[in-house]
Amino acid sequence: MKLTLNIWRQASTASAGEMKTYQVEASPDMSFLEMLDVLNEELNEKGEEPVAFDSDCREGICGMCGLMINGEPHGPERTTTCQLHMRSFADGDTITIEPWRSTAFPVLKDLCVDRGAFDRIIQSGGYISVNTGAAPDAHATPVPKDNADRAFDAATCIGCGACVAACPNGSATLFLGAKVTHLGELPQGQAERWSRVVDMVGQHDHEGFGGCTNIGECVAACPKEIPLDVISQLNSDLRTAIRKGH
Amino acid sequence: MKGTRGVRTTIALKILMAVSGLLFLAFVALHMYGNLKAFAGHDAYNEYAHHLRTFAEPMLPFGGLLFVTRVVLVLSLVVHVGCAVALWRRAQAARTVPYVVKKHTGATYASRLMRWGGVTILLFIVWHLLNFTIGKVNVSGGPTSDPYDLVVDSFQVWWLTLIYLAAMLMLGAHLHHGIWSALQTLGLTPHARSRRLAKQAAFTIALVISVGFSLVPVFVLAGVIDK
Ligand code: HEM
Ligand code: SF4
Ligand code: FES
Repeated sequence: MKLTLNIWRQASTASAGEMKTYQVEASPDMSFLEMLDVLNEELNEKGEEPVAFDSDCREGICGMCGLMINGEPHGPERTTTCQLHMRSFADGDTITIEPWRSTAFPVLKDLCVDRGAFDRIIQSGGYISVNTGAAPDAHATPVPKDNADRAFDAATCIGCGACVAACPNGSATLFLGAKVTHLGELPQGQAERWSRVVDMVGQHDHEGFGGCTNIGECVAACPKEIPLDVISQLNSDLRTAIRKGH
Repeated sequence: MKGTRGVRTTIALKILMAVSGLLFLAFVALHMYGNLKAFAGHDAYNEYAHHLRTFAEPMLPFGGLLFVTRVVLVLSLVVHVGCAVALWRRAQAARTVPYVVKKHTGATYASRLMRWGGVTILLFIVWHLLNFTIGKVNVSGGPTSDPYDLVVDSFQVWWLTLIYLAAMLMLGAHLHHGIWSALQTLGLTPHARSRRLAKQAAFTIALVISVGFSLVPVFVLAGVIDK
C-alpha cells in the first residue's frame, strides 16, 4: 500500500518545528511502528535525518509509543500505537502524525516527548510505603474480591499519556484517577490515602496540566480502557481529604 | 507536591463550580415553575410575583427572601465565572501548540460548548435583567409597571422571542453537560451504572427546564397568552 505521511519534524526542544510530507510503501501486515521503521531506513539511505519516535516493548505494555495519528492518540483503534496495524488504513491514505501536545510533555525531538511529569506525579504520592525485606506472603493481607478487581483494572494504566493528548483541557486527570483508585482500593494503600491524593493532584497542577471538565475524550483514547469512574473516585477522595484537613 | 493544600487544587475549583452551578439549577427550576403561572392569567401571575416578596413575612421583611436569593445568586455567579475563567486560562496554557488534525472522539457537543455557551448565557442574563428586573425595558414602547403585561408586550415581538429561545437552547446544552459534570465532580458517579443514571437525569432536567422556559414566550407569540 502507498501512503502519504505528514510528520512533525522538530530538531530539539528549543527549535521550531514544522510538518513535512513523505511517501512510503508499506504492507497491511506491518505494525504502525514497522511502517515508520521502513520510512527511516529509506531516509537513512538518502542521508536524511530519520524520524525520531519512541517505542520499547512493542507489545502494548510499556506506554512509550504514543503518537497522535490522524487526530486520535494511538490512531483509529483502541490500542497502543505499537499494536496498531497498517490494515487499519487504506491504500492511498494520507496519515498525519504528531507528537502529544501538552505543555507538561515538552517535545524532545520530532515525535518524542518527555513524559517525566508523570514520573514526578508518581513520586509525589503514587506509591505505598512498606519496610523492605523478605516479601510478605501474597495472602497475608486479605483484599475483598470487588476491591481487588477494581484496583487491578485501574492498575492496568501504562502511563502512556494518551489521555492528556486527547483532552481538550490538556488534563491528566484520567491518569491521576487510575493511580489514586488503584492504591486507594487496597488495604495497604489506606495509611497514605488522603495525603496521596492531595500531593498527586498538587503535582499535576504544578506540572501545568489543565483541569478536568468531564468531557470524556480521555476514555475514548485510553488503550487500557480506564473508565471515567476513576475520575469520580479521585474527586471524592480529594473532597474527603479536604474534610480531613489536608 | 508535598505540602499541597486540597483547597488550592484545580479539583477544588471544580467543586466550587459544581456547587454554584447546582445553586443556579435550583434557582432556574423554581423560576421556570413561576413563569408557567402566566398560563393562569393576568391576576394569578401578578399575585405570584407579589407573593415572592411577601414570602415568610413577618419573619423576613417585605422582599426579604428575594433579597437573600439575589445575594446568594450574585455570589454564586462571581464564584462560577471566576473559576471558569481560571480553568479556561489553565487549559489554554496546557496546550499552546495546537494539533494540525484533532478528532473529538467521545465528546458530546454540549461538553465542548460549556465555555462559549457560558459566556452567551452571561450576556443573556445581563439583557434579561435589564429587560424585566433592573431596567424594565418594554421593547414595544408600552408601560412597564405591570409584570404580566410587560411579559406579554415583550414576547409579542418576534425577534425578542427568538433571542430568548436561542438562550434557552444554550442553557439546555449547558445543563445537559453541566448537571452530569457536577455530579461527577462531586464524586457521586463512581461506577458505570451511576454514571449512566447521572447522564440520563442531566439530559431530562435540561430538557424540562429549557422547554419549560420556552413555553411562555412561544405561547405569547402564538397569541394563546394575551392581555
Ligand atoms: C453566567 C455565565 C456562566 C458561565 C460563564 C458558565 C461557565 C461554565 C463552565 C466553563 C463550566 C465548566 C464546564 C465543565 O465542567 O465542563 C460550567 C459548569 C457548570 N455550569 Fe455554568 N456557566 C454559567 C452560567 C451557568 C448557569 C446560569 C447555570 C445553571 C442554571 C450553570 C450551571 C452549571 C453547572 C451545573 C455546571 C457543572 C459544574 C461542573 O462541571 O462540575 N452555569 N459553567
Ligand atoms: S489512563 Fe489510559 S490513556 Fe491515560 S496514561 Fe493511563 S493507559 Fe494511557
Ligand atoms: S512500545 Fe510499549 S506500549 Fe507500545
